[in-house]
Amino acid sequence: MKATPRDPQILTVPGGERAATTVIEIAGLVKKFGDFVAVDHISFAVEEGIVFAFLGPNGAGKTTTIKMLTTVLSPSGGSMRLAGIDPLSEPLLARRAFGIVFQDPTLDDELTAFENMELHGILYGVPRRERRERIAALLSLVALSERAHDLVKKFSGGMRRRLEIARALVHRPKILFLDEPTSGLDPQTRNQIWQYIRELCRERKVTVFFTTHYMEEAERVADRIAIIDHGRIVAQGSPQELTRRTEQKTLEDAFIALTGRDIREEEAAPIDRMRMMRRVWRGRR
Amino acid sequence: MKAVAILWLRQLKRYSRSRVRMVGSLGQPLLFLLALGFGLGPIFSRAGAGDYIEFLSPGIITMGILFTAVFSGIEIIWDRQFGFLKETLVAPVSRLTIVLGRALGGATVALIQGLIVFAICLLAGFRVADPRLLPLALLFMFLIALLFTAIGTALGSVLEDMQGFPLIMNFFVLPLFFFSNALFPIKGLPKALLFAVSLNPLSYGVDGLRVALTGSPLSGFLPDLAVLGVLTAALLALSSYLFSRIEL
Repeated sequence: MKATPRDPQILTVPGGERAATTVIEIAGLVKKFGDFVAVDHISFAVEEGIVFAFLGPNGAGKTTTIKMLTTVLSPSGGSMRLAGIDPLSEPLLARRAFGIVFQDPTLDDELTAFENMELHGILYGVPRRERRERIAALLSLVALSERAHDLVKKFSGGMRRRLEIARALVHRPKILFLDEPTSGLDPQTRNQIWQYIRELCRERKVTVFFTTHYMEEAERVADRIAIIDHGRIVAQGSPQELTRRTEQKTLEDAFIALTGRDIREEEAAPIDRMRMMRRVWRGRR
Repeated sequence: MKAVAILWLRQLKRYSRSRVRMVGSLGQPLLFLLALGFGLGPIFSRAGAGDYIEFLSPGIITMGILFTAVFSGIEIIWDRQFGFLKETLVAPVSRLTIVLGRALGGATVALIQGLIVFAICLLAGFRVADPRLLPLALLFMFLIALLFTAIGTALGSVLEDMQGFPLIMNFFVLPLFFFSNALFPIKGLPKALLFAVSLNPLSYGVDGLRVALTGSPLSGFLPDLAVLGVLTAALLALSSYLFSRIEL
């Protein structure tokens, strides 16, 4: 069950001479909303082909970081590289390198599962024949082949999630970002979804970068973890290293030892602040 | 190019799948056509201004287009709230492509809606003066549709949620319609009203369409075309700019 943890010091792939390549690199990344610093000079690297968990309490800066990595929010400072591409100077090229499943669903309810995937494939410039083949293969992998021509509005939460994950892979991205892919789903569906993600990634050698509030989930599936709190990276390592370092039994205890017991502001806070700022700014003009 | 086409197709699919919306947005034009058309018709002709249905129909067709077009543009807010917008914003296509696809799709939907209202007007007794001018009428209908889809897109890019929607309806879309030449001729209007009507871009659309459909003095349609063309281009540029500034 447990994925093989990788020691950060060992930079060679087991059984190979080739040094593991980093596929995500962040250096000194900052995002400010007015006076509020949502992301405060964070730096880390993610190796190719691993499952990387990005954890933190509500409002710690997880989603803001993902938004910057995925080119929908511009950083206040710092640099990033995705599969060797700078998303700031070449956003369109960078977007081909990753797939993303956002926290909230982003499917078009009025279209069918197939049409949603088709639209994605066309937007990403996948040629027709490959597009059709990949869509069929991915739909069958997430067990939605029989529902391909049903409208998405008839789908359950779990089915939508599976469809979104499959859709994010139509253009064969090197990196798959998943922002709380399993939140609000029952344990059966969560397990099933992780099974699909791991299957997909093993088959396609995709690097997975995900956030979650379920610590046992992170402990079970992640090769490496970074914990962010108040916009700063407070710890990095394999799940085992983090529990060992904090002298705790589980990742959840390690997480609480690292981030404290205070209940945080809602995740929406920085976004609300941003919206408020924007309203004020627009009102002034 | 393909990206524009697929986004255009998406709008058409959504439209054809929601019959309720299609029928619902016919209600208002129908109401105006029947109540005003037949209610004010006798007075209109007694005043020596001719057949009111004849005069009113191009205005009512424009109304059908106007409402659908602004709605289609503003749909961005829904897409933002229900998430689909993000899917297009992280796709490797420029924001201009997205705006063009959406605007062309929305304009096509509004054009179809206008054609349905046109058919209803024919049922109510409206007659086209010269069928050879129908392509010109179609051109005007499409320009009106595109212009107001672009305006809707610009508004939808600036607004964060649907709370401002009644405001836009009551203080923007309805005044645009009422302070235009859709319902009444401009001859002999009080100066202030005449001023408002001639500042209103919709008036140029109504006038152009009226020229094309009723054959009234043909000299008038070139300035109409110029005003609509320039405004449409400007509004498309503005809405692309505002759309490109959306951050999530």
